[in-house]
Amino acid sequence: MRRGWFLPLFATLGFGFLYAPIVSLIVFSFNESRLVTVWGGFSTRWYGELISDGQLLEAAWVSLKIATISASLAVVIGTLAAFVLTRFGKFHGKLMLTGMVTAPLVMPEVIIGLSLLLLFVAMEGMLGWPAGRGMTTVIIAHSTFCAAYVAVIAQSRLRDMDESLEEAARDLGAGPVRVFFDITLPVIAPALVSGWLLAFTLSLDDLVIASFVSGPGASTLPMVIFSKVRLGVSPDVNALATIIIGIVALAVTVAGVLLMRQSKRAR
Amino acid sequence: MSGASATPGRGRLALPPAMIAAPLVVIALMLGRHWLFLPEDLVLLIGAALLFAFGGFVLGRLVGLPDRWIVIAVPMLWLVVFFLVPFFVLGRISLAETMIARPPYSPLWERGDDGGIEIIASLENYRFLLSDALYVNAYLSSLKIAAISTLFALLIGYPIAYYIARSPEPRRSILLLLVILPFWTSFLLRVYAWIGFLRRDGVINNLLTWAGIIDEPLVMMQTDFAVYIGIVYTYLPFMILPLYANLVKLDGALLEAASDLGASPVTTFLTVTLPLSVPGIVAGSMLVFIPAIGEYVIPALLGGPDTLMIGRTLWDEFFSARDWPVASAVAIVMLVLVVLPIMWLQSVQNRQEAQE
Repeated sequence: MRRGWFLPLFATLGFGFLYAPIVSLIVFSFNESRLVTVWGGFSTRWYGELISDGQLLEAAWVSLKIATISASLAVVIGTLAAFVLTRFGKFHGKLMLTGMVTAPLVMPEVIIGLSLLLLFVAMEGMLGWPAGRGMTTVIIAHSTFCAAYVAVIAQSRLRDMDESLEEAARDLGAGPVRVFFDITLPVIAPALVSGWLLAFTLSLDDLVIASFVSGPGASTLPMVIFSKVRLGVSPDVNALATIIIGIVALAVTVAGVLLMRQSKRAR
Repeated sequence: MSGASATPGRGRLALPPAMIAAPLVVIALMLGRHWLFLPEDLVLLIGAALLFAFGGFVLGRLVGLPDRWIVIAVPMLWLVVFFLVPFFVLGRISLAETMIARPPYSPLWERGDDGGIEIIASLENYRFLLSDALYVNAYLSSLKIAAISTLFALLIGYPIAYYIARSPEPRRSILLLLVILPFWTSFLLRVYAWIGFLRRDGVINNLLTWAGIIDEPLVMMQTDFAVYIGIVYTYLPFMILPLYANLVKLDGALLEAASDLGASPVTTFLTVTLPLSVPGIVAGSMLVFIPAIGEYVIPALLGGPDTLMIGRTLWDEFFSARDWPVASAVAIVMLVLVVLPIMWLQSVQNRQEAQE
């Protein structure tokens, strides 16, 4: 087939569109001038200001804690839900569980955030818990909506997996719990790792839900960035973005190289 | 079946090691709480959940229930309390009145004179939504912005996906990685990057002025145009990936057969490639359209004051006007008009796929 000029040109433009804003973000993080778009010479002063910005560092620490705990809880809840839906056949409430696992994927974040906040406020009025809002309420919110994403990933892995392995273990006398921990869990572990990573990223990235359900003293990193960015561009946000992009690029590249090596070996 | 040998020498209370580990986790969390700076009620909540699982397991074995009931109950209970019940609270508060109080709505119920519970509900908030053109326009405008953005994402994403699918390895894997990479970086920061591009003294205006194409800087920030760019940009990977997954499976022999029979590349594309890629187009479009409707961050950062989107209207109603009942009514209408049809559409689609 004759190779046209259209596709390569268009793809180049497309990748340019995807990366030009990111590149400019990085370039202007090393800009001496406070004006983000006028070049005033190379400097790393914004990185220095970033390190001395206590509010941002505090928010980053809060966000990392929330993301780690939420992702772990989401993996537990999501895996249980996926396992129940794929292995237990028919049971009362199966349709409801299916709905609750798929709905968060199409639910606008503003609705999830608002409805959970109203629940927390109503619960506080009736039960006295949660007393005010903060890290706990954000973690509950994040682990609930991330669990849906984990469940989708785990479900597809559980469906693809060879069930005869589990049957063999059962025939050899292992109880259902033992089969789960010794056979099922190790087989679906890679899917759970990617589910954890996805949940971690979603939690770290979330602004809308956290804004609704968070309280004083528990501002997450996106909340602090958003309040800064709303007032206009600020070079220290560029510096922060550059660091985040650097970490992600490194992680994805390492993961990509590892995957490629693995698939080569498999061939 | 060798049921007897499964639990040799143990009674029916024999607990698997994982279940015994649960209380240990709670104790460890309680001890490590101060060191990890975890809030106390979070540890208690996790502890309660584990205790529920542990207790339910033991109780189930004592009563003779199958173990599976507790495995179903744990995720079910969590999702009912923190996902399903909130919608009932949302619905209830959308029927309440706004009041200057903490929380700012009329009580959900009151004790009547005879000691019974009285529930006062009114449809006033919904009537208000219908009477004010702002809300109707915001719904329509969200649908329009989401639909146009999806179309542009498709027009830009399709050729890229096709190019990647036709690339030889290892270029294909590298390009795919380049598409996924922005997805893992912060969504907020990617939207922020466009502010620096579109501003009056931003990169695009500077470049065009420098090249002598324009004399006056173009106004791009705080317009609907900026919102379209923002949505297409942030959701483009969601369009490309399903399209790629579909196009990469396309059988090259079909294309060769078409061209051997004398079809031009354009005819081949329109009669072979495009019809076969419809599932990818549908999947990608849904992944862009659905989140775009409820979008808040992009219109808030890139849009102008007259960029109406329903997510932003709800946000302002809640945070600026502090009118919780009206915000709830907006959410309920959004749920009924937007989310339920999409869920219905998806379940129909899934059923069709299952039949095939």
